[in-house]
Amino acid sequence: MAENQAGEKVRIDEILPSELESVDVAEETVIGIATEAGFPEDELHRIGMAVREAMVNAVVHGNRYSARKKVRLRVLEGPGRIEITIGDEGEGFEMETVPDPLSEENLLRHSGRGLLLIQAFMDAVDVKKVGNVGTEIKMVKRLSASGG
Amino acid sequence: MSVKLTTRQVGDVTVIDASGRITLGEGASHFRDTIRDLAGKGHKKLLLNLGDVSYIDSSGIGEMVSSFATVTNGGGSLKLVGLNKRVKDLLQITKLYTVFEAFDDEATALRSFA
Repeated sequence: MAENQAGEKVRIDEILPSELESVDVAEETVIGIATEAGFPEDELHRIGMAVREAMVNAVVHGNRYSARKKVRLRVLEGPGRIEITIGDEGEGFEMETVPDPLSEENLLRHSGRGLLLIQAFMDAVDVKKVGNVGTEIKMVKRLSASGG
Repeated sequence: MSVKLTTRQVGDVTVIDASGRITLGEGASHFRDTIRDLAGKGHKKLLLNLGDVSYIDSSGIGEMVSSFATVTNGGGSLKLVGLNKRVKDLLQITKLYTVFEAFDDEATALRSFA
């Protein structure tokens, strides 16, 4: 597997349909890669859950289950870290418009906690619009930060 | 495996034993339907035993919160027991420990309804 100058290898780069099944596929795939990379059990759970939440955002809120729209899953493995990027083809959103799920008035809302969990479970998270279509979320987990 | 829910009556408290995963899709909707059904049938004191739940995602949390609102709006109460570390972490991160009354053991939880 070819490495770039930063010593990172592309472990997977694939296109998934906008279906709930893709959520499970992505979660299992990334957990497999993270296991091989040496992440401990508890961190595997957190990484898997972050991937799950990001995939649900992409499939359900971004692509709205559209058969015409796809989700891209890309995982880079570098020295002591993995970087997971999940991109959709939805209309996108502004981070500033996402209601704070921890404020008193939002505590009993049914939804809106996915990003909060992703940010809690990963070491670095970046969400950005990609061109005119789609949102991309990049999540990094480091072995050193997890004590692994 | 999706979520499996069984109910039992202990005095006037309805205990819901959950096992498996409460996640988006079948698991979360089954959970929602079960709690709404119990609330609709007049069960006012509900204790949700999460001891054998291996995984809850944000959709599952959303259903728990909605169920809490449904039950309390109907004049009842929904409490939790048997939370593993991962579920406790979720409640901490989402600040829902301030919403749900949670207990480590069933006997204490049951007494709290008296």
